[in-house]
Amino acid sequence: MKKRNGSGCGFEIDLSGKTAVNIVGAGLAGLSAALTLGRAGVRCRLISPMPSERAQSVMAEGGINASLDTMGENDSPVQHFEDTMRGGVYLADPNSVWNLCSKAPETVNMLFSLGAALRTENGRPVLRNFGGQKKKRTAYAKSSTGKILMTALTDAVRRYEAEGLVKRYPHHRLASLEINDGECTGLKVIDLHKRTVISLSGSVILASGGMNSLFPGMTTGSALNTGDAAALAFVSGVEIANPEFIQYHPTTFPITGKRCLVSEAARGEGGRLFILRNGKPWYFMEEKYPELGNLMPRDVVSREIEIVKNDKNCGGKVFLDMTGLDRSVWENKLSDLRDECIGYLGTDPAEKPVEVSPGIHYYMGGINVDEHHRTNISRLYAAGECACQYHGANRLGGNSMLGAVFGGQVAAGTAASEIIADNTGEEESEPDEKIAIMQPVGIPERAARIMRDSLGIFRDGERLYGAVKEMQSLIDSENDTLQRNRMILGKAVLLGALNRKESRGAHTRTDYPERDDENFRKTTVAVFDGKEIKVGLRDIPEKRGE
Amino acid sequence: MKYLLEIWRQKNRDTAGSYRTYMYETDSASVTVAAALSELNEKNELTDTDGNITERIAWECSCLQKKCGACAMLIDGRPCLACDTRLSESKKGRLRIEPLRKFPIIADLMVDRQIIFDDLMKMQLWAESDIFADDRNNSVMYEASRCLQCGCCLEVCPNFAAGGGFYGMSAMVPASRLIAAMKGRSANDLKKRYGRAVTDGCGKSLACRNICPAGIDIEGLMARSNAAVLWRLFSGLRDKNQ
Ligand SMILES: Cc1cc2nc3c(=O)[nH]c(=O)nc-3n(C[C@H](O)[C@H](O)[C@H](O)COP(=O)(O)OP(=O)(O)OC[C@H]3O[C@@H](n4cnc5c(N)ncnc54)[C@H](O)[C@@H]3O)c2cc1C
Ligand code: SF4
Ligand code: SF4
Ligand code: FES
Repeated sequence: MKKRNGSGCGFEIDLSGKTAVNIVGAGLAGLSAALTLGRAGVRCRLISPMPSERAQSVMAEGGINASLDTMGENDSPVQHFEDTMRGGVYLADPNSVWNLCSKAPETVNMLFSLGAALRTENGRPVLRNFGGQKKKRTAYAKSSTGKILMTALTDAVRRYEAEGLVKRYPHHRLASLEINDGECTGLKVIDLHKRTVISLSGSVILASGGMNSLFPGMTTGSALNTGDAAALAFVSGVEIANPEFIQYHPTTFPITGKRCLVSEAARGEGGRLFILRNGKPWYFMEEKYPELGNLMPRDVVSREIEIVKNDKNCGGKVFLDMTGLDRSVWENKLSDLRDECIGYLGTDPAEKPVEVSPGIHYYMGGINVDEHHRTNISRLYAAGECACQYHGANRLGGNSMLGAVFGGQVAAGTAASEIIADNTGEEESEPDEKIAIMQPVGIPERAARIMRDSLGIFRDGERLYGAVKEMQSLIDSENDTLQRNRMILGKAVLLGALNRKESRGAHTRTDYPERDDENFRKTTVAVFDGKEIKVGLRDIPEKRGE
Repeated sequence: MKYLLEIWRQKNRDTAGSYRTYMYETDSASVTVAAALSELNEKNELTDTDGNITERIAWECSCLQKKCGACAMLIDGRPCLACDTRLSESKKGRLRIEPLRKFPIIADLMVDRQIIFDDLMKMQLWAESDIFADDRNNSVMYEASRCLQCGCCLEVCPNFAAGGGFYGMSAMVPASRLIAAMKGRSANDLKKRYGRAVTDGCGKSLACRNICPAGIDIEGLMARSNAAVLWRLFSGLRDKNQ
């Protein structure tokens, strides 16, 4: 048997060939888990409806955080930890966040050692400013950081595919999870090319991204990230945590069917938000927040945009002015962004300010996991954006790619160390023409309207209460299982928001405008018992001494 | 404005396909083919211009922002990304939309592009040890990291056939990242494989040049990687002669 060291995750694993771990999702989190298992000599399956090149992670633009301190600013993991905890308004598990931040330099260096073409100076990654952080801490590659990280990871995993340790299922969608007596023993997937169902045994890591089907047309991410895997897990008894925390990115613009992102890097490089007040540009962020100005955390910027848009003295439209940026910045750092504005908006951002408004960009909540990325079901794990970990009430830009890569490593390490049986079974059904390749992109319009109207940047109890009732009646009359599952997950999001009677991070209640640490510095946990959703609050672990 | 979309409909590999025409109406000049396909599929009943009710159109999309390569198809005979092609680009308000033809069909506009990934595997595109971007090779490695594996370049290439020994630009581009960074023997082995799978088979007609929807500098990358391969051959010969 081969013995290898699970890279970066600190686990010594010796389980070669013994069993299979099934990874659902082939974005950063899924690839990182596969690489970790491959390096440790543990067999895994990597399942996704389309190859890694099509995963949302390739869309990530601005960068990935680590206190590499290559800019001579005396940055450190402690400061990264403090910024992340503060950005998440102290709702994240401090031990997990410490693991993330203290290992961040190692994680980003690991990616760099795979030949990820991060921008360098003197052979070391250059770091840029990003929202909510005072130090330069974000490694990047123009505005295509996600793509270059994905390319490096995909090539690295290919080696283990060749060794037979990682087996790809690259046109396969999750159909069901096998959960009995609190234990996960495998899953079923649909082969979209052959229209067959394949039963696979072994433990499962969910790495399936955010839940965009709940907010059709409102999101910046990929249409593949429906949230169906999380919905399936939820109706099968898996806990969901903090679903009410949904990040609105302050600067997006609509294109048909979705929203397009103007990366925070544009503000990091000097882009300025303004609105016309009495006919004159008013740089409201700079005036209200002299220290961080346009680079305040996303929740703050999004709220301020909503407020000034509704200000009677203002012109209603908010613009991002990037006309002051140097030519070299456009050429070296933001060329992709410029192409996108010209292509989809017909506006050259170097010449004219671009109209922007907030759009749904990230789900801080998701499948409830502990520090080791375990769910409440044994041998079922979750990592990346589908999981609730690291980001608390609001995620800092650059921390989610880090969380996905690191979380994938940790989940893989835990999964490998908890394998119990030699369990690699695989069975395929006969092809069935009735198996649908195409699925509805989003929940039905009436349900979508409920989500849109009640889960905006500003929320209130009365509206949420009505929304929960209305959603239940839609669920009762829905016959399609897929849509029903999605709507049950949607209802959990609504209940989380209704139950949290305070304002914190991305969750702002007009009827409870204050933060209430005593009652609500707690994790929302929702669970479905087959009939009802129960929502409660759970204590956040104390930080251990180092 | 009313558009007539002639879309290739084919249930599966074993049945014959045909074009069906659908009407799509919009006021906006910026609506893409991808947006139109999504909207047609959202209808309760999808009816063609002959009044037949048809099934949802099978096609692939993910990012809708020309970043993932999922939605590559033939539009008026040209391979391109549906999310990067505006309806208003068609002159007569009529567009012919069909699947890429070099790959086995799954259904309608959806094809099986697995061969692209199989070729990367056959070429053993990975590094055995750590490799690094530095200030010198950074821009090449960046450019070579951008391939969407969409297959548009393969569709137009006269020398590419699925299952053949020439792998095309979708292999050349990612190989260039490794060639720019790898050193020593494993680099030489890779260059050998690259020579066989790319340099030897490419007629340099550059039919693929203006096709890449990611706008990758194919010529520049190929010139560099070919030069690295030639240099290996050359220095190999020199070593032998000494
Ligand atoms: C435009 C944009 C810009 C961003 N910029 C940044 C940034 O600068 N920095 C940063 O840190 N973060 C950024 N993010 C966020 C970041 O990209 C994501 O949070 C992160 O990539 C998530 O990785 P993941 O592996 O969890 O999921 P993804 O990469 O989304 O992968 C999900 C995988 O699951 C698969 N999947 C989904 N459903 C199923 C199913 N039912 N069955 C089987 N497989 C399924 C998908 O096909 C995919 O392979 C950005 C996001 C967007 C949209
Ligand atoms: S140059 Fe010609 S032969 Fe070579 S890849 Fe392009 S189209 Fe094919
Ligand atoms: S080189 Fe361009 S056209 Fe060819 S697969 Fe890559 S992105 Fe597509
Ligand atoms: S959907 Fe991603 S490139 Fe068109």
